[in-house]
Amino acid sequence: MTINYINFIKKHSAKILLLLILMIMMVTLTFLSEYFLTFKNIKNILNWASTYLLLSVGMTFVICSGGIDLSVGSIMGISAVVMGFAIKGGLPVGVAIISGLLTGTFIGAINGTLISKIKINPLIVTLSMMSIVRGSVILLTDGRPIFGFDASFTFFGGSESIFSIWGMEGKLINIINPPIAIALITLIIGWIILEKTKLGRYCFVLGSNEGALRQTGVNTSIYQIGIYAISGFCAALTGFIVAARLNTCEPLAGTGYEMDAIAAVVLGGTLIKGGSGSIGGTFIACLIMAVMRNGLTILSISSNYQKLLTGLIILVAVAISEIKKKKGIE
Amino acid sequence: MSNDKRFLEVQNIHKEFGNVLALNNVSISASKGEVLAIVGDNGAGKSTLVKILSGALTPDKGKIVVGNKKFSSLTPKTALKAGISTVYQDLALANSRDVAANIFLGRELTKRGFLDNKKMHIEAEKLIDGLEIDIPDVRVPVAVLSGGQRQGVAVARSVYQKGSFFIFDEPTAAMGLVETNAVLKLIKKLANQGYGIIIISHNMAQVFEISNRICVMRHGKIAGLKKTKDTTTEEIVSMITGAGEIL
Repeated sequence: MTINYINFIKKHSAKILLLLILMIMMVTLTFLSEYFLTFKNIKNILNWASTYLLLSVGMTFVICSGGIDLSVGSIMGISAVVMGFAIKGGLPVGVAIISGLLTGTFIGAINGTLISKIKINPLIVTLSMMSIVRGSVILLTDGRPIFGFDASFTFFGGSESIFSIWGMEGKLINIINPPIAIALITLIIGWIILEKTKLGRYCFVLGSNEGALRQTGVNTSIYQIGIYAISGFCAALTGFIVAARLNTCEPLAGTGYEMDAIAAVVLGGTLIKGGSGSIGGTFIACLIMAVMRNGLTILSISSNYQKLLTGLIILVAVAISEIKKKKGIE
Repeated sequence: MSNDKRFLEVQNIHKEFGNVLALNNVSISASKGEVLAIVGDNGAGKSTLVKILSGALTPDKGKIVVGNKKFSSLTPKTALKAGISTVYQDLALANSRDVAANIFLGRELTKRGFLDNKKMHIEAEKLIDGLEIDIPDVRVPVAVLSGGQRQGVAVARSVYQKGSFFIFDEPTAAMGLVETNAVLKLIKKLANQGYGIIIISHNMAQVFEISNRICVMRHGKIAGLKKTKDTTTEEIVSMITGAGEIL
């Protein structure tokens, strides 16, 4: 029993450390600002965390498999714009949302096909796709945002609790608005796929030793395409939530978001080279990033520091895992 | 060895690389339950022969007979399907995954579409115990295992995938004494359980310790085939170096 206990701590030591960091940040901010630990502010943080989380769940799959997806920010933009066009063109909102989500998934699948079938480096494929997609969106919209939707669309980005419909007025549970609910559901489904299905298992093996998987006769391309399609889908979902929240499908939406997602994933303990990682770690890392962002805002520190810190997080997280590996801990 | 136990046979195999004749009319057979050692100097054609058997190379001429099926050449897939597994020291394992995951790689057990990790752990333990491989916990990542244990995992996977014939190419290269003994024990165990073994090795002491027959290759030909108990190290070495030819 005690051995199991020790093993559990050993296995999750990185996550426990991240939780500690999160708690220290929260306690410090509580002392530094009276506004930090309020219902409204916590809701704010979770709202931010929900966009990070949606994007990072997909990115966790990609990085675990030894790849990278730089096109997620652009996919956010195009998916939202497709939804905007569809709604303004008179399609039912449900159909519009689905076509936007399919657009993102499809672009992800194209990424995966180029990477697995033609064997182009993921960095090159998704970097090019980032530019191709962003360019297309700006051409399609002429750079102008599409805005003004009714409640059936904006509901999904709203801050209204999903429980208020049923007249539940318990204060804490009312923190769960549609974006947070969608992020949590995506998190759980992502965890199940990564830990409990063949796709998840092969995702790790692809990142660890692709040749081994091919030798056993598994069609590795299908799984690789699936992984990038998941990332594309998650990006489209993020684009949808952001558009619904702002009531605007902005062609430049999601610019730079790929950095936040990569930072959250590597901070969460996923190896940048792939083969090892977890959705749980990504979840805690997203909360840390959201608290950091919120803390900087309520302490009135310039938002330019956020970019600087995001870059630092990626560098430090990767450096730590490399040093650990050199010492043979990992 | 009687003919009915014969499982793997190559007949009149030729293989040229440009104008280098790597294999010249090589015929040899191996049976289930025996360890056949292939020895020879560098460039004698051992690796070419093994690559043809594992499907990595296509012979120019000749036949490969596995069980009662005849092939003019094998691919890695058809070789595996026919039951021939080549055990490499490092190539086939996913380091970050645990022992059970590696054993069941590509053939995962599922329950209602989801991975059945519990059952895979139990089955992996049974396989490891059955082969007397010394791995205390099937839940540890293979990265922390020693070279011998890693080969054990690769063998256990092949056994699970219904492999019946194992080819080991220098299985104990760069291994310590304890590790080497563990691998040799595993190879003997496999032969005792009725699996066929071909082992390529430079280590004469090792060859004499575990093999039933020794096949000597020289300049792409079979220079001699001896029952291990009827020969000596001197005789084999003289065949490898070709000392007998001059006299």
